[in-house]
Amino acid sequence: MFELSFIWAGIIAFAVLTYVILDGFDLGVGILCPFAEGEREKSTMMNSIAPIWDGNETWLVLGGGGLFAVFPLAYAIIMPALYMPIILMLLALIFRGVAFEYRWRTERWKPVWDVAFFGGSIVAAFMQGIALGALVQGVEITGRAYSGGWWDWLSTFSILTGVAVVVGYALLGATWIILKTEGDLQRRMQGYAWWLGAATLGFIGVVSILTPFQDPEYFNRWLNLPGSIFSVLMPGAMLFAAWALFAGLNAGKDGQPFPATICIFVLCFIGIGISFYPNIVPPSLTIVDAAAPDKSLKFALVGTVVLVPMILAYTAYAYWVFRGKVDPTEGYH
Amino acid sequence: MLDGFTAETLARIQFAFTISFHIIFPAFSIGLASYLAVLNGLWLRTKDETYLILFNYWKKIFAVAFGMGVVSGIVMSYQFGTNWSVFSDKTGPVLGPLMAYEVLSAFFLEAGFLGIMLFGRERVGNRLHMFATAMVAFGTLMSATWILSVNSWMQTPAGYSINELGQFYPEDWWAIVFNPSFPYRLVHMVLAAYLTVALVVVGGVGGLHLLRNREDGPARRMFSMAMWMLIVVTPLQIIAGDFHGINTLEHQPAKVMAMEGHYDSHPHGAPLILFGIPNPKEKRIDYAIQIPQVSSLILRHEWGAPLDGLDMIPDEDEPPAAILFWSFRIMVALGFAMLGLGAWSVLRRMRGRLYEDKWLHRAAILMGPMGFVAVLAGWITTEVGRQPFTVYGVLRTSDSLGPVAAPAVAASLIAFIVVYFFVFGAGTFYILRMMNAPTSKPDPLLKEGPIRTAGITPIMQTDPDSIPGE
Repeated sequence: MFELSFIWAGIIAFAVLTYVILDGFDLGVGILCPFAEGEREKSTMMNSIAPIWDGNETWLVLGGGGLFAVFPLAYAIIMPALYMPIILMLLALIFRGVAFEYRWRTERWKPVWDVAFFGGSIVAAFMQGIALGALVQGVEITGRAYSGGWWDWLSTFSILTGVAVVVGYALLGATWIILKTEGDLQRRMQGYAWWLGAATLGFIGVVSILTPFQDPEYFNRWLNLPGSIFSVLMPGAMLFAAWALFAGLNAGKDGQPFPATICIFVLCFIGIGISFYPNIVPPSLTIVDAAAPDKSLKFALVGTVVLVPMILAYTAYAYWVFRGKVDPTEGYH
Repeated sequence: MLDGFTAETLARIQFAFTISFHIIFPAFSIGLASYLAVLNGLWLRTKDETYLILFNYWKKIFAVAFGMGVVSGIVMSYQFGTNWSVFSDKTGPVLGPLMAYEVLSAFFLEAGFLGIMLFGRERVGNRLHMFATAMVAFGTLMSATWILSVNSWMQTPAGYSINELGQFYPEDWWAIVFNPSFPYRLVHMVLAAYLTVALVVVGGVGGLHLLRNREDGPARRMFSMAMWMLIVVTPLQIIAGDFHGINTLEHQPAKVMAMEGHYDSHPHGAPLILFGIPNPKEKRIDYAIQIPQVSSLILRHEWGAPLDGLDMIPDEDEPPAAILFWSFRIMVALGFAMLGLGAWSVLRRMRGRLYEDKWLHRAAILMGPMGFVAVLAGWITTEVGRQPFTVYGVLRTSDSLGPVAAPAVAASLIAFIVVYFFVFGAGTFYILRMMNAPTSKPDPLLKEGPIRTAGITPIMQTDPDSIPGE
């Protein structure tokens, strides 16, 4: 009976995680853009994500559209609650999205679109982090609507999570560039990735310590079964991922830091999942309560089961087509 | 600046603004994606270089337009929730899955294969590249199918009940997806997208380059293709529009009354008002120029058939008639202007002067942007005609608004306006400049690297009417 809503919670969580990883690394490349030296490096960095960025961003549309489809009440509460961060994120994504094409269409305004690319990337990442922090803090609900204020989302904690996401995305971006490039640019990114990795782990630690103070309920979830299993496993897994990252960087293994960073993100995401469960919008809206009627969930599920594997297959194919190191002179421009 | 407006008015302006900007890009990319697939297919089949030149020429323009479509589309997927959260909560169970299907079956397809279509010909070979190009085109059509199903359901809701939480509950998915107005609206919109591109290809580009050089091979080819498109599709579109109108009369009579300017009922046959000035206060059309009985003939296909007017509709259920009266006339007038252009081209083609008649080329340039104007006018007609409801006859617009405060909506509205005009204004400028570049010679601006300062466009340096060798 209620299993459908949990299956869907899993699918939405998967979509959001996929988004965070995929758009995370290309937003990260945008954040690192100012560190490119010269036009050639900048082109290399942008060409490494040009053929795939809008596929990556489509997962965000699936997150929004999927929430509307299967958890309409959660969608109806989160959007007004996070009104400003979401609008700012959308506007930022506009700037960075068009910059991919625009910067090739003009010489005089190229610097403008480069700034738009950097600014759009960093603001979008920051706003996503703020949104995460605001959700962890909890959202005030009366009846079937958001009843908090317009600035509830803004707090020291949400600013902290905002910065954490910016740093984390930059790490994803740096390790992606290490994977996709060679030479000077790659060497510099290895240096940045080391510092960004240390900072990311630091932020993860601080946010993890502060999270239970947002709502004591989080504490219980981590101390009682089944969450407590993860409380034991999580630090070990995190240490292993961190070791893989730094060992890969130190040994100059191009292919290791990026997957290691993805592991760090996946672990964080599982951690957030444990804290939230069984809520979809803390502190009081549960997955079951927010779910659409079973008939809607079933109808949407049929197509999802068929289409998502196909999407993953052709997305993987597109990545495979553009595999290997980036040639900065390639492209259709 | 926006003081004195209610949150509802501001939220409506915001939605109208963001969706109007957005629809321009899908209209363009639906038509252009299909055109690109046709061009690439013809190139592979005939090995005629002209098709490849055209494919590469339009591909770059497509990439910019598509990028603008993606980013303005992401905004749309969140607009339902930010300002219209009550609507989202109530209609989510019915409309949400349809939108999820749009994302899954269309957006991913387009985005997944776009990279290969744009960058991958050398990497995957002609055959797979053709497949990717076709998938992008197919994706745009899938997207149109789902989103028009959603929109049509809001116009003519079917297959639902209301559950104990006040939500729309899906009873019959087939009836929901294939709701009464969906097939008509889908055909009308897809044809509109094809016409829009035919006109842009014709006007903005083919005609322009023919004026400069009538021997320009690719320009001749695209002009000819577009003119064929125009003369074949415009009559179909007028027929589709007629069917759509009759369907609307059945399900949303008040909308048709407003479009026709029928404030009063006509029990013995209604006149077709060609022109006039709507006077909403007095509920009449001033200075009307009308043909007796023709409206009954068009809508009922019968002389003297009675037609009700807005006097039969309670005031609180009436759409704003004056807007519909104008937007509908603009759309129809442009439709017939397209037909006229198509017919003119046929006459010239029969005489073998398709590439010589400069006035035809100039008219084509003038008509270039009119496809977009017609699309917008058409959407204004159908969307404003749905008012004062979001789900026609069931959920009022005023009951759909979320708990938003006017200042927050006003601030975001201003931000959208500033950003959209800046970003999409720049994009439109780049597209126009690419269209202005000749097709046959490689354009220095489109290549990588610094060639020339932007802003000094070659159009100022050459006489657009000059033909080399003359």
